[in-house]
Amino acid sequence: MKSLEELKAIREKMQGQIGIRNESSEQTRVIVGMATCGIASGARPVLTALSDAVQNKGLTNVAVIQTGCIGLCQFEPIVEVLEPGKDKVTYVKMTPEKALEVIDQHLIHGQAIKKYTITEVLG
Amino acid sequence: MYRSHVLVCGGTGCTSSGSTKIIDTLQAEIIKNGLKEEVSVVQTGCHGLCAQGPIVIIYPEATFYAMVTNEDVPEIVSEHLLKGRIVNRLLYKEMITEDGIKSLNETDFYKRQHRIALRNCGVINPENIDEYIGTNGYEALGKVLTEFTPDQVIQSILDSGLRGRGGGGFPTGLKWKLAKGNDADQKYVCCNADEGDPGAFMDRSVLEGDPHVVLEAMAIAGYAIGASMGYIYIRAEYPIAVDRLEIAIGQAREYGLLGKNIFGTDFSFDIELRLGAGAFVCGEETALMTSIEGNRGEPRPRPPFPAQKGLFEKPTILNNVETYANIPQIILNGPEWFAAMGTEKSKGTKVFALGGKINNTGLVEIPMGTPLREVINDIGGGIPNGKKFKAAQTGGPSGGCIPAEHFDIPIDYDNLISIGSMMGSGGLIVMDEDNCMVDIAKFFLEFTVDESCGKCTPCRIGTKRLHEILDKITNGQGTMEDLQKLEDLCYYIKENALCGLGQTAPNPVLSTLRYFKDEYLAHVVDRKCPSGVCKALLSYIIEADKCKGCTLCARICPTGAIQGKVKEIHLIDQSKCIKCGACMEKCKFGAISKK
Repeated sequence: MKSLEELKAIREKMQGQIGIRNESSEQTRVIVGMATCGIASGARPVLTALSDAVQNKGLTNVAVIQTGCIGLCQFEPIVEVLEPGKDKVTYVKMTPEKALEVIDQHLIHGQAIKKYTITEVLG
Repeated sequence: MYRSHVLVCGGTGCTSSGSTKIIDTLQAEIIKNGLKEEVSVVQTGCHGLCAQGPIVIIYPEATFYAMVTNEDVPEIVSEHLLKGRIVNRLLYKEMITEDGIKSLNETDFYKRQHRIALRNCGVINPENIDEYIGTNGYEALGKVLTEFTPDQVIQSILDSGLRGRGGGGFPTGLKWKLAKGNDADQKYVCCNADEGDPGAFMDRSVLEGDPHVVLEAMAIAGYAIGASMGYIYIRAEYPIAVDRLEIAIGQAREYGLLGKNIFGTDFSFDIELRLGAGAFVCGEETALMTSIEGNRGEPRPRPPFPAQKGLFEKPTILNNVETYANIPQIILNGPEWFAAMGTEKSKGTKVFALGGKINNTGLVEIPMGTPLREVINDIGGGIPNGKKFKAAQTGGPSGGCIPAEHFDIPIDYDNLISIGSMMGSGGLIVMDEDNCMVDIAKFFLEFTVDESCGKCTPCRIGTKRLHEILDKITNGQGTMEDLQKLEDLCYYIKENALCGLGQTAPNPVLSTLRYFKDEYLAHVVDRKCPSGVCKALLSYIIEADKCKGCTLCARICPTGAIQGKVKEIHLIDQSKCIKCGACMEKCKFGAISKK
């Protein structure tokens, strides 16, 4: 270790990963339905894509959590975004690619992607 | 990248209740379920709630599973990790409320705590330096080497008001300032990890859970006083802590955080371990240094103080593990942040090891000034079986007891001294109505008699005589003259013993005499032990109206002290009875009682 920059590089790399062990109630929670229906329609790649992206981008105030069956099996994979003090946003028929768009537009820039939400899909 | 981290406590408590095996099974089950790329299993240090171990915490949900067995693991993996369903039956009971599951930080045990020294314990993998760096580790060292002069470092520690956490409470900054002021070609930084009080395990947990924090703080201390070499004196009975320290030192050297020209500056610092064989006296600073030098661990008179002539006759500072664990946070957050916590003369927080008659046995870190009542009733979960609080022993064999009349005392250095106890390193042993205070004093004296190094007469012979008098009293042969002798001898030892061990050895006697004189008198005058502990003062009696004459007790009695024929009332011959209690245990009719 010859400089503070080297230390900083390790710190930033690790902070994203250790951020998963954060316990603040101010956190945004991203919930992925991982019941049999969810897994069968491809929720696992969605979950891992979300989790990787959150850690890579160092979003320490975001927790990616799995849950059981949400009850709308035909719309799986379902991803819910719960931001403190805001209404829940439910995304349906997700793919890893769509999930990355959610990270970028919704979680980083604060704009929910309407066309993927349940209200739009259901009409 | 892992989407989920499974943290398993690898502290001594949970390890001894089988956490290593749980880790193996977890890993096997995770592979079996195809989750190897998604879930990481991390062995951490102590979470503090040792009574509920083995402990498993799963993030990002922060689900806290308590008393997990190896058989529970497949269910955790297939339900929680695979399908996202929390295994309710394994949850820590405190977290379950009518409204669902509350966060761990909201439970009584954790919500009143403030973790500085323990901030990484149970959170990071102590065997991975990157995780320590990820929680701002070594940033404080980088900051002082590039932005601070040694005097500025010392000033920060002085301003923070940090006092030695090993028990004495000497201001840490002042200690450093004195060592800095003495010029020498070589100076040393030592760490006292020779935690020897019965029932104390604060330092062990810090070393097991966050070993790098001690290395970082010692390097900061080295920079401040102008030392290039440090020693950690740790007892060999802490094998997990020793292993993790060795791993940590190796990793820090590899990263160049120990060694020559740290962060490209001209500051060089290295650390070595020295293992103690477990002598209590080696926790005393001069004895500890003598032991590091390779000699028999015996204390020597002060002055000269270590800051003038310490290890190898060179200026030396010696601080306790917990003291060091506070240093990097003080540098990073500023001395004002630290000084804002605690009481007027005792700043910051203190770690306590709760033990004895208390529900939540374990490790807690609380702001200085927290009332004892809160620590025992709220954080500690109170006393088991609805028994009444009698006293709490702090400071181990050097400390004293806090009786129920001081139950509301805010815990800090000066308050504890004012009532005849002391902070000590942080062992807090809770006693209830079933504990005999004379017996407790005898227990601690037995310990000091064993551990006295024998160098000075007041301690070597004095503690032995104290123990003999206490033994006489608990055997029901004490006289009023003995009580007076006991007290006089205590003061004599306090004034004349060579080192801290001897000078404080009479404290358990003095403090029990002060608050529980009635119990001493009951032993001496009435020949009774009110708590029913001292065997010689007990007698077992058969209640005539309950005895059915079944002869069971007579057959059980190892000394043939019970006489009686079938269907006749039995009698105990008190001269033959050895008070083993076997008869009382066996009697099916509850006819035998002790008085």
